[in-house]
Amino acid sequence: MELLSGGEMIARALEDEGVEYLFGYPGGAVLHIYDALFKTSKVPHVLVRHEQAATHAADGYARATGKPGVVLVTSGPGATNAITGIATAYMDSIPMVVLSGQVASHLIGEDAFQETDMVGISRPIVKHSFMIRRAEDIPATIKKAFHIATSGRPGPVVIDIPKDCTRPDEKFEYHYPDAVKLRSYSPAQRGHTGQIRKAAKLLLGAKRPIIYSGGGVIMGESSELLTALARKLNYPVTNTLMGLGAYPATDRQFLGMLGMHGFYEANMAMHHSDVILAVGARFDDRVTNTVGKFCPGAKIIHIDIDPTSISKTVAADIPIVGPVQSVLQDLMEIIDNLQEKEPQLPDATALGRWWQQIEEWRGKHGLWTGRRYGESDRIMPQQVIESLYRTTKGDAYVTSDVGQHQMFAAQYYKFDKPRRWINSGGLGTMGFGLPAAMGVKLAFPDMEVACVTGEGSIQMNIQELSTCTQYNTPIKIINLRNNYLGMVKQWQDMQYEGRYAMSTYEDSLPDFVKLVEAYGHVGMLVTKLEDLDRCMDEAFAMKDKLVFLDIFIDPMEHVYPMHVAPNGAMKDMWLSKNERT
Amino acid sequence: MRRIISILLENEPGALSRVIGLFSQRGYNIETLNVAPTEDETLSRLTLTTTGDDKTMEQITKQLNKLVDVVKLVDLTEGAHIERDMMLIKVRASGQMRDEIKRTTDIFRGQIVDVGPNTYTIQLTGTGEKLDSFVAAMAEADILEVVRSGVAGIARGEKVLRL
Ligand SMILES: Cc1cc2nc3c(=O)[nH]c(=O)nc-3n(C[C@H](O)[C@H](O)[C@H](O)COP(=O)(O)OP(=O)(O)OC[C@H]3O[C@@H](n4cnc5c(N)ncnc54)[C@H](O)[C@@H]3O)c2cc1C
Ligand SMILES: Cc1ncc(C[n+]2csc(CCOP(=O)(O)OP(=O)(O)O)c2C)c(N)n1
Ligand SMILES: [Mg+2]
Repeated sequence: MELLSGGEMIARALEDEGVEYLFGYPGGAVLHIYDALFKTSKVPHVLVRHEQAATHAADGYARATGKPGVVLVTSGPGATNAITGIATAYMDSIPMVVLSGQVASHLIGEDAFQETDMVGISRPIVKHSFMIRRAEDIPATIKKAFHIATSGRPGPVVIDIPKDCTRPDEKFEYHYPDAVKLRSYSPAQRGHTGQIRKAAKLLLGAKRPIIYSGGGVIMGESSELLTALARKLNYPVTNTLMGLGAYPATDRQFLGMLGMHGFYEANMAMHHSDVILAVGARFDDRVTNTVGKFCPGAKIIHIDIDPTSISKTVAADIPIVGPVQSVLQDLMEIIDNLQEKEPQLPDATALGRWWQQIEEWRGKHGLWTGRRYGESDRIMPQQVIESLYRTTKGDAYVTSDVGQHQMFAAQYYKFDKPRRWINSGGLGTMGFGLPAAMGVKLAFPDMEVACVTGEGSIQMNIQELSTCTQYNTPIKIINLRNNYLGMVKQWQDMQYEGRYAMSTYEDSLPDFVKLVEAYGHVGMLVTKLEDLDRCMDEAFAMKDKLVFLDIFIDPMEHVYPMHVAPNGAMKDMWLSKNERT
Repeated sequence: MRRIISILLENEPGALSRVIGLFSQRGYNIETLNVAPTEDETLSRLTLTTTGDDKTMEQITKQLNKLVDVVKLVDLTEGAHIERDMMLIKVRASGQMRDEIKRTTDIFRGQIVDVGPNTYTIQLTGTGEKLDSFVAAMAEADILEVVRSGVAGIARGEKVLRL
């Protein structure tokens, strides 16, 4: 067996784990590790400009590929800078392994230089964490961390590593385990057959069914199965913000996103349904509106791998704990068998009537593309997303930041494939978009990667323009420039009589074109509608350049529909500034 | 409703803080908490009592089970069980109160485990309720200190919580 130091074991274990990229930033506590990486490792390291961006880049990489993102940061400020990104990954169940340096074992607890209790600080926002106590435990711990991060409901795992455990002069026998067994951790592998049978019966007996699917379908690699099930039954499908792409958005059976800014027809169909099949979705408050008024006539089947997601906010009538993939397979089989015996199910007349009703809703409102545009001579944000969709033929990876631009992207870019839409849903982290796009572009250098952002969000991690220069990640940044913290302004318009408390920047915004040029990229200013499509095309034609499109949009536009809150139901929506359901 | 939850926990540094953190983070209450090693040195046994409606209790047990360091868990209140809380209580005991306190202690089957010129320290074991009534019965006396172990619990009969 080989003799390796702690630092070398880390470098080797990452290789043995098949890690493609390591996102990180060096500092005192991790210098032994960095030296080992420098000398021996085949895993490329991406030097970000801020540790938060390392976590977001790893996160973007993970969302796009389905593989875990890997991060290396130093102790103290390095570790605390990583916290927002860890929390972002945690809320959206993204597999990630974060290696953080720690002060030497004998200094722990002494308020030593750059000491923070990383295991303590990160505890509420990790799936699990480890503190290395003996260097020889490093390989097995890394194996466990990857196993926990990627199995069951995925999530971030932190490994805190005291500096002395990585010293170059102490060598150990290196062996990377093939598998791990944890007596206290065994995520469900199959759903309960009895429950699945009940679910199949309920589903086939439905008169007004709807499939409500979420991020779990994407994480569980089950988009095809879900699509097959929906098509087989001819049932309508709605996706959460995290589930977009799990069902092809251009398909007739797709009703669009549901929830606070969901499509009219999706929210109406949910509210009036009699059976809801919830798959890998967690009944978030941005979806349900007032829980007590949630879908009063519906029986709920809930498939989720994490029992805590079930009946947490809305009680499930038929809970099924298990991975979407195997549960959907079992469900399909049972449905096939039932239909053999009772080919008249589901009731075609009832379903026909249901679709008729849905088409009526769809025809009545939809998102009214084109209707409001006439009201303004400015570029409307929706038009920008449509232009992006057209130029990229609907086939780009689109990351976003947080705000109105995020909702417009979610509503107007029709994602037909899973893992193409990459955004922070649960935590809603401004500053996510640019570093995430970097991670995606590194994973798929030949694909188009666009980051839809706002002038507020982009400034939260703008320093990463420099990382993009260093690693040549020619992404396209679409800045929906409304000169406001637009989403905040929208709420202030609607609930605070237009008092824009600290949601404007006055005249302090930088000249973004010059700014990106200073980093060696291309900037384009777009202020007129007639230039929009041409500029979009030109930007994407520059294959090997990062292009920043600073697009001036109508600052007064709001995102609609929007749930009426507080005390509203799924069906209660603002449809425009002066229309309500 | 009050529940007694018994947990086998990995005897790892930080494991306990995950359990306690979960309660504060999610706004659940812990009324009592008792932790100690078991015959298996890799495991600690933890008993906690908490209150909440059925929905909250369901979430608490699910969330606890989800912690990687939680090996096994049982809600003892779902079946027949024994619960014991141990109390050490130090009271001012002088003059005629000395006899009075001794009598009450006997009635509760407590033991006086330390005698000072002006104090008694009494040890009493039982359910939480019994200890509460003892404290109430001592209302006349001058209570100097109360220490309780928190509830420790175990299922009756054949039912066991082990690997
Ligand atoms: C400004 C803003 C506005 C928003 N507006 C909306 C909105 O209008 N509509 C909306 O939907 N969201 C909206 N969100 C997002 C919202 O906050 C939530 O993040 C989102 O609704 C959660 O999506 P989800 O239910 O798909 O769950 P996710 O967070 O994606 O969770 C996935 C679920 O699937 C389970 N799972 C994971 N893997 C598997 C597997 N293999 N098998 C089975 N189960 C699995 C997990 O346990 C979990 O319960 C908004 C966010 C922001 C920032
Ligand atoms: C880190 C962080 N801070 C604050 C918020 C609250 N917030 C949500 S949207 C928003 C405004 C975003 O402005 P911008 O990026 O310009 O996007 P717009 O809404 O204008 O499209 C703010 C401040 C947040 N989500 N994240
Ligand atoms: Mg803005």
